Amino acid sequence: MTSLLNQLPIGLSIGAVLLLTALGLTFTFGQMGVVNMAHGEFLMAGAYTAYLLQDWAGAQAVPVALPVAFLVAGALGWVLERTAIRHFYGRPLDTLLLTWGVSLILQQAARDLFGAPNVQVVAPSWLTGRVGLSGATLPHARLFIMALAVACVVGIWAYLGRSRQGRRMRAVMQNRELAAVSGVATGRVDQLTFFIGSGLAGVAGVALTLVGPVGPSIGTYYIVDAFLVVVAGGLGQLRGAVIAALALGMLNSFAEFWTDASLAKVVVFAVVVAFLQVRPQGLFVLRSRALT
Amino acid sequence: MSARLRGHAPFAAVAVLLLVVAPLALPAFRLDELAKYLCFAIAALGIGLAWGQGGMLTLGQGVFFGLGGYATAMYLKLHDAGGDLPDFMVWSGVEELPALWRPFGAAGFALAAVVAVPVAVVLGALVFRQRVRGAYFAILTQALAAAFVILLVGQQGLTGGTNGLTNFYDVFGRDPEAEGTQRTLYFVTAGVLGALYLGARQLVRSRFGRLLVAVRDGEDRVRFLGYNPATVKTVTFAVSAGMAGLAGALFVPVVGIISPSLLGVVPSLELVVAVAVGGRYALAGAVLGAIVMNYAKTSFSEQWAGGWLYLEGALFVLVMTLAPRGAAGLYEQARDALARRRGTPAPAARPREAAT
Repeated sequence: MTSLLNQLPIGLSIGAVLLLTALGLTFTFGQMGVVNMAHGEFLMAGAYTAYLLQDWAGAQAVPVALPVAFLVAGALGWVLERTAIRHFYGRPLDTLLLTWGVSLILQQAARDLFGAPNVQVVAPSWLTGRVGLSGATLPHARLFIMALAVACVVGIWAYLGRSRQGRRMRAVMQNRELAAVSGVATGRVDQLTFFIGSGLAGVAGVALTLVGPVGPSIGTYYIVDAFLVVVAGGLGQLRGAVIAALALGMLNSFAEFWTDASLAKVVVFAVVVAFLQVRPQGLFVLRSRALT
Repeated sequence: MSARLRGHAPFAAVAVLLLVVAPLALPAFRLDELAKYLCFAIAALGIGLAWGQGGMLTLGQGVFFGLGGYATAMYLKLHDAGGDLPDFMVWSGVEELPALWRPFGAAGFALAAVVAVPVAVVLGALVFRQRVRGAYFAILTQALAAAFVILLVGQQGLTGGTNGLTNFYDVFGRDPEAEGTQRTLYFVTAGVLGALYLGARQLVRSRFGRLLVAVRDGEDRVRFLGYNPATVKTVTFAVSAGMAGLAGALFVPVVGIISPSLLGVVPSLELVVAVAVGGRYALAGAVLGAIVMNYAKTSFSEQWAGGWLYLEGALFVLVMTLAPRGAAGLYEQARDALARRRGTPAPAARPREAAT
């Protein structure tokens, strides 16, 4: 029973990583209809930012890298949006393929710049311990990731609900044409959304350096699961993303406990397909009268 | 020459090229390579049908390719073992033949062709009935590919793990390494590709094909007309999966290996890339795109391994931005551009860039 209880915090922390990676996606997908396969590579950019900052910040590279990685990945995303993606609005499937091409280039660029082998980012000493938690022990790093996920969710929630810019973003998400004729500069809102969404990937990338090594293909391990979270949670839905990420994280950890790591992935996939039978548009749906 | 005959001329030219010129002109090694590309072309044909005609962007064709491939490989393995356990199972410490393997001993090759279809029917029926479509569908198929590969790698004793299944000594009573066997396999593959192409073309031209295009361009409108789009899509998806399964089944004797690295997210996407570059709305574009792209990949990787990824990525970005209809659509695109410049409206009845 204790080992079963052990799965709970593990599931939570898997969910937190999923949530961090999926958070940016759900908005770029939900608001702009962009299926950004290069999101995983923005994650990678964030992770390498932490790696590079080690020369300068030493053992404190991880906390220092959080804001820097946000800006680096955000800038990458902004450039991608300006140069390519903005020509593709209304064609989500084409953005998927386009951004996949971009992700190939970015991966190979990372391989040429940093080498193919994985690199390690040293965690600060205050993140290397473990705490006991009702019979289970949990590394500080995992707790830090959970806290980071909570902070990001609260930040996004406040931004969407409380700020002017966030209100514009919600308006564009709900009805682009109506927002445009009401005087919202939708193009500028899109740029900002993409910047923030990509920046969040950078933050997630820094967090990932705490749980494993960093390599050029780090993004590919997370992107598929992150998209499953978006699909199950519903497009552009903060609540949906939070619940779906935690649920899939839990499911993953318990399925691994009862079967094994490889079967767990199949179980998760089957559950998502089954779930879409009940709610084809995900957990929460933006109501719309549009006929597709 | 009548119009009817003229329509067949390009097909006949390619058939002569593949069946007469290539076997005479290419050394055995290159012919074997070409046979491999033809296998990919069969899978690409299925993608052209599902994506180009039906608007279903399937990023999981590697799964169906793999199902066909593994079914054949299991049959060949059991045949080689001749009543004993296949070699890799002995290495993994498996003591008894797993139940999953049993059916493949007797009729494995026959099973290979059909094993992919039921999976596609079940998934398609579940997904399309609930109107899960567009990017959602693409993401689901991609997740399926990811899960499939993780499963294959994880179940070492059952599937050979990362190494996959290889070392076949006897392919239908022949030595797989012999030049004659390879040549025969080449002709079989080319023949299957030709037959499937003609079948797919017939399907596209039939009433069903028109319905399929209608579903792609306006699913709800088709529903209002009294058809069930879910059935149309499921059938097409199953046909496309069957093609991928057949391609995988041919791939195993031709290349001599099937392994997870050939089936995952990236190889599945690469097939889609080939279709997009060749021209997604033309079946011939999909086939030729797969052959040319795989040829380019092999010859380019021989020169500069890392460069291929840059080239593939860049090619993809360029095709999606400048020529979304691919190589096959360049002529139409140029004609439209010219017509626009002259101020005359572009001719109707051309595929709209999918907005699903």
